[in-house]
Amino acid sequence: MAVVFEPTKGLLDVPTHYCPGCTHGIIHRLVAESLEELGVIDKTIGVAPVGCSVLAYNYFACDMHEAAHGRAPAVATGIKRSLPDSVVFTYQGDGDLAAIGTAEIVHAAARGEKITTIFVNNCIYGMTGGQMAPTTLPGQVTETSPYGRDVKLQGHPIRVSEMLSTLDGAVYVERVSVDSVANVLKAKKAIKKAFELQIEGKGFTFVEVLSICPTNWGLSPRESIKWLQDNMIPYYPLGVKKDITQQEVK
Amino acid sequence: MAEKVLMKGNEAIGEAAIQAGCQCFFGYPITPQTEVAAYMSRRMPKIGRVFLQAESEVAAINMVYGAAGSGVRVMTSSSSPGVSLKQEGISYIAGAELPCVIINIVRGGPGLGGIQPAQSDYFQATKGGGHGDYRLVVYAPSSVQEMVDLIQDAFDVADIYRNPVMVMGDGMLGQMMEPVEFKEREAKQLPSKADWAATGLHGRKEHHVINSLFLQPEELEKHNEKLQKKYAEIEKNEVKYEMYNCDGDLDIVLVSYGTVSRICKNVIKMLAKEGLKVGLIRPITLWPFPKKAFEEVVDRTKYGFLSVELSCGQMVEDIELSVKGRKPVNFFGRSGGMVPSPTEIANKVKEIAGGAR
Repeated sequence: MAVVFEPTKGLLDVPTHYCPGCTHGIIHRLVAESLEELGVIDKTIGVAPVGCSVLAYNYFACDMHEAAHGRAPAVATGIKRSLPDSVVFTYQGDGDLAAIGTAEIVHAAARGEKITTIFVNNCIYGMTGGQMAPTTLPGQVTETSPYGRDVKLQGHPIRVSEMLSTLDGAVYVERVSVDSVANVLKAKKAIKKAFELQIEGKGFTFVEVLSICPTNWGLSPRESIKWLQDNMIPYYPLGVKKDITQQEVK
Repeated sequence: MAEKVLMKGNEAIGEAAIQAGCQCFFGYPITPQTEVAAYMSRRMPKIGRVFLQAESEVAAINMVYGAAGSGVRVMTSSSSPGVSLKQEGISYIAGAELPCVIINIVRGGPGLGGIQPAQSDYFQATKGGGHGDYRLVVYAPSSVQEMVDLIQDAFDVADIYRNPVMVMGDGMLGQMMEPVEFKEREAKQLPSKADWAATGLHGRKEHHVINSLFLQPEELEKHNEKLQKKYAEIEKNEVKYEMYNCDGDLDIVLVSYGTVSRICKNVIKMLAKEGLKVGLIRPITLWPFPKKAFEEVVDRTKYGFLSVELSCGQMVEDIELSVKGRKPVNFFGRSGGMVPSPTEIANKVKEIAGGAR
């Protein structure tokens, strides 16, 4: 009998703690498959954030560090500079990366650190129970924006991919989504490319993945997917924001 | 035998770290320690090692965390306000049991304070600084030579106990030039890092995780108990201090560390001419604090002890805990970057001893 699907060697055979319907599992799998296909699990070191994916170090099969809130890009910098032949990635949520960790991600990108950041954006702080994040959409109701995010009072959401794409050290920045099979396949392609460019020593690579949070959005997984499509994608347009390999072709 | 060279304290710190095999240095400019980073930026790339100027002290200490978890010798350096910013990272490093060396060239505080020498980070260094039940080994050198020697010890002690070690100098030590010799040291047998460092699997079966998170209370308590056991070992093995002029019957014993202890030695000579017998206990490790030094003199010291500091009495309670109420513990300090003259200290000693005889 032909094997059509099997577990990836990039993930350990353990149950995860993620809520039903959460897309972290898909994104973990895409990262792990990419590492396996590139044959680099053995020399990869991942950095987990603080947030829902804080326990990612229990799931990835490679060596892992657990960083303080927002500090993963600095920790990854220390690792990559110590072990330049290794493949280093950070896996961070939007609260971790776009609020408390803004300085670390901007400067890792500006320095062109040869690391890959997987940025999971679900417009909310998940782990702490659904508070407003820097990525929370205008009008979105959360635990700490109970009347809806009022941009006059609480400011505007940050489009991190667009912001980072302006930095010379960032060589590849793409925003993808895992709301459909077609988009999951595109996300995989982007993540794999980000690692390939890191391995080639090109510079900092970044993939933002639009993700859902049924638990804290108060929606079913199916409704959540629709909410992402109707609300997130218009505000956070998908696509390549920067790719130096394409610029080189031009 | 290496030759003696005249070197600024901050630059000697950099060279000592290099000689101790420091592979990575992550820094951020702040007066009065910036020359450490400048020295490392010149030297490290020339010998194929890493110098990186971080975007903040917060980032620098987290880079240290990443490098230490990767199994290399790593150091960062800062001064008081910057060391406050590093406390989050230091707590994580202690929790994850990673070896590293942190330099604090102390300036006056609180807040932005000033840029002149002080010792006002004693509490922060010895009582925690960051959150949680952890300890740093804290060395307090009193000369550029001793600072160089202790930095080399610091890397070894950090590796042996898998614990962050701080070398705390006041601003004076960082800025002054003194003759210094980088001694050849015999290679120490140090524990291998292969069984915990996250270096990539490279064929290893179990993945290594650098981590300070223990969500199950039973596990976290067990981890804390393990740390406490380690700290008890450090208290047993790593106490360092100097006793100066402490033989026979004593009128008063000064307790002082860092550059101020050098002023105290002058005071002792001055007062000897006036017939007062004054000794000095100079803690070299601020933690673990040299409690046993006090046992040696407490019964022979007539008027008790005098803590002489560039801070407002932060060391007094450690002295009191060592003296255990058997003799009075007095205090004399200057702060904000002011340095006491020998006469000022001598006058305080005479006041305690009931005036000149």
